[in-house]
Amino acid sequence: MRKLALFGNPNTGKSSLFNRLTGLKQRVGNFPGVTVDKQMGELKTGGETIQIIDFPGTYSIYPRSKDEQVVYDVISNPAHPDYPEAAIVVADASNLERNLLLFTQIYDRNIPTVLVLNMTDVAARNGLIIDFDKLQQHFPETTIVRSNARIGTGLNELIAAIHTPKKATENPQADTLIALEDTARQSADTEKRFERIRKIVKDSVQQKSKSPGQLFSAKIDRWLVHPVFGYLFFFALLLLIFQSVFTFASYPMDLIDSGFAQFSEFTANSLPEGLFTRLLTEGIIPGIGGVVIFIPQIALLFFLLAILEETGYMARVVFIMDKLMRPFGLNGKSVVPLISSAACAIPGVMATRTIHSRSERLTTILVAPLMSCSARLPVYALLIGLVIPDRRIFGFFNLQGLVLFGLYALGLVSALLVAMIIKQFFKKSKERSVFLLELPAYKAPRWANVGLEVLQKVRIFVTDAGKIIVAISIVLWALASFGPGNNMDEAAAKVPKPSVESPEAADEYNNRVASAKLENSYMGLLGKGIEPVIRPLGYDWKIGISLLTSFAAREVFVGSLATIYSVHQDDEITEPLIDRLREERYPDGRPVYTLASGCSLLVFYAFAMQCMATLAIVKRETKSWKWPLIQLGYMAVLAYLGAFITFQILS
Amino acid sequence: MMKTLAQAALLSPSTVTGIRESDLKPKLLEMGLYTGKTVTVLFKAPFGDPIAVDVDGYVLSMRLNEAALVLIEATDPA
Repeated sequence: MRKLALFGNPNTGKSSLFNRLTGLKQRVGNFPGVTVDKQMGELKTGGETIQIIDFPGTYSIYPRSKDEQVVYDVISNPAHPDYPEAAIVVADASNLERNLLLFTQIYDRNIPTVLVLNMTDVAARNGLIIDFDKLQQHFPETTIVRSNARIGTGLNELIAAIHTPKKATENPQADTLIALEDTARQSADTEKRFERIRKIVKDSVQQKSKSPGQLFSAKIDRWLVHPVFGYLFFFALLLLIFQSVFTFASYPMDLIDSGFAQFSEFTANSLPEGLFTRLLTEGIIPGIGGVVIFIPQIALLFFLLAILEETGYMARVVFIMDKLMRPFGLNGKSVVPLISSAACAIPGVMATRTIHSRSERLTTILVAPLMSCSARLPVYALLIGLVIPDRRIFGFFNLQGLVLFGLYALGLVSALLVAMIIKQFFKKSKERSVFLLELPAYKAPRWANVGLEVLQKVRIFVTDAGKIIVAISIVLWALASFGPGNNMDEAAAKVPKPSVESPEAADEYNNRVASAKLENSYMGLLGKGIEPVIRPLGYDWKIGISLLTSFAAREVFVGSLATIYSVHQDDEITEPLIDRLREERYPDGRPVYTLASGCSLLVFYAFAMQCMATLAIVKRETKSWKWPLIQLGYMAVLAYLGAFITFQILS
Repeated sequence: MMKTLAQAALLSPSTVTGIRESDLKPKLLEMGLYTGKTVTVLFKAPFGDPIAVDVDGYVLSMRLNEAALVLIEATDPA
């Protein structure tokens, strides 16, 4: 299969072109030894399948960040497995001079090239008249294709050019590749190139009038980067994003939730009883449900984000937020992932993809799960209802509401503080911090690009993170369903049979059996085992079991407590559970759930990484187990210390 | 004292006279900020940093510490 590479500056419509060439036949792979995703696609044409690799958009073959280095690595090494047979270089026709820099760097390497002059409509609107024949004379060994992604022209010409790329002949300018570290020679080379390019552009491009397109963007920018309206607009947008992930997504999520529960029940009823059926109905189906449940949030967030990227607004977000986020070692673009994480960290972590600086992206990923997500709400609601008195202070503030607000604030403040600490660690790394960013002209989004983006994000989550989530769910299920020897069955047999025949009595009996079984499972033993460790936080082994089971997801804590205390648990109504928990005493008569232990639990859940799905997606995005494990570790330490201090102060 | 792009007044065109030696020099050049280029500060972020600069037809946003590496002189109103 022939391999082609797609290069180009950012904002040239390169990815649009990639989408038009390959459509749905795209997948994501890895470059050997680097952490950036490799976007690959297939183009079937004239009975031949051609593989196209979409490289990250860069202004030069010399990288400004580690992630961009893959362009240099491939271009400089003909033995590289991804070294292309030909390169398609996409250039913004409305800004030919700057775009030709990258093109000449590749052209001079003697790689057969096709030069796509994209956005010719913008160039024309900006009053630029390009003489394509003249341009062709300056680059005789390339095929020049004019393209306009918006109205879909140029695609056939490009495919024809791909079929028969001109052979790169020996070329007088050839091979001016400079070592990565030699910035002095890179500067000199760039200056020389621009001298040459300036002559070419002068010869082949005429400027007729001042560009109205830019004037339009400048007019919008006067409002969107305004000190007052700019922020107001941005915060309104953040509110919309948060609402979408938090509220709108909850409707399809509820459907998915009940759908999988019904499917699991149906499977259990139609298959013969046995270990395999239980594995299927209690382990695998709920595990897959635990993956699918996140799709609405991911799809909605990336639908909105793709629009922000496509229109060019995202570059303005960075522009107005950069100064505010810099002290924390975060990027202007970190704001959107962090706010999304206040609804759910999974799409939040995935949304860091647009942050180009590796250290700023990693920092954002590492602190994102500290933001209070919606899965914490059921836990907060239960515990606040349990230990925080329902009364007003200063006449109108509800104390329970204040505590809830405080927990959200705790999440945000700790995320920023931890980011500042992480910044100190990254200071040692040698990566240059380059901000230089083009503010592209505003334009309407291309919906095909938006749709493909959503599809791709969902696919990455389901295939890459999904495997890990299902695997962990099965392990957790096995731990809670099996115990040493016959302990579980013996404990279950000890539960007295109901004396009267009524649905209530049967329910009561079933709940107590479930409770006895969980207590004697491996999970129950582990919960008892960690009791000495969590006693200083004010927890007993029953809480210990619930902490362990809720590693799957935080909200499991509530259901797990209900099982242990054999309380019938209804999703909406927690009063019976709260009443039961209030009665719970230690053998010496002290209540288990006090203000101190309750607040300690609240703080624990504010900090602890109790979410296997987040862990899985961090592994996917950072491409190693190192970062999710560091994250799990530091959040556990924070949770333990925070809960310990809270308990000791309040008791 | 040489004037830099970080000190340039809003909306008044100036000419790049050079880039200070630094790690960032090749990156600034790659964005088209070579000697002789006309640049104009279009607007600034709410806290005065970063700034948005018209570089001969496209808008480049840069931090003040990056702009401080770009030496300029006022363009003759010719």
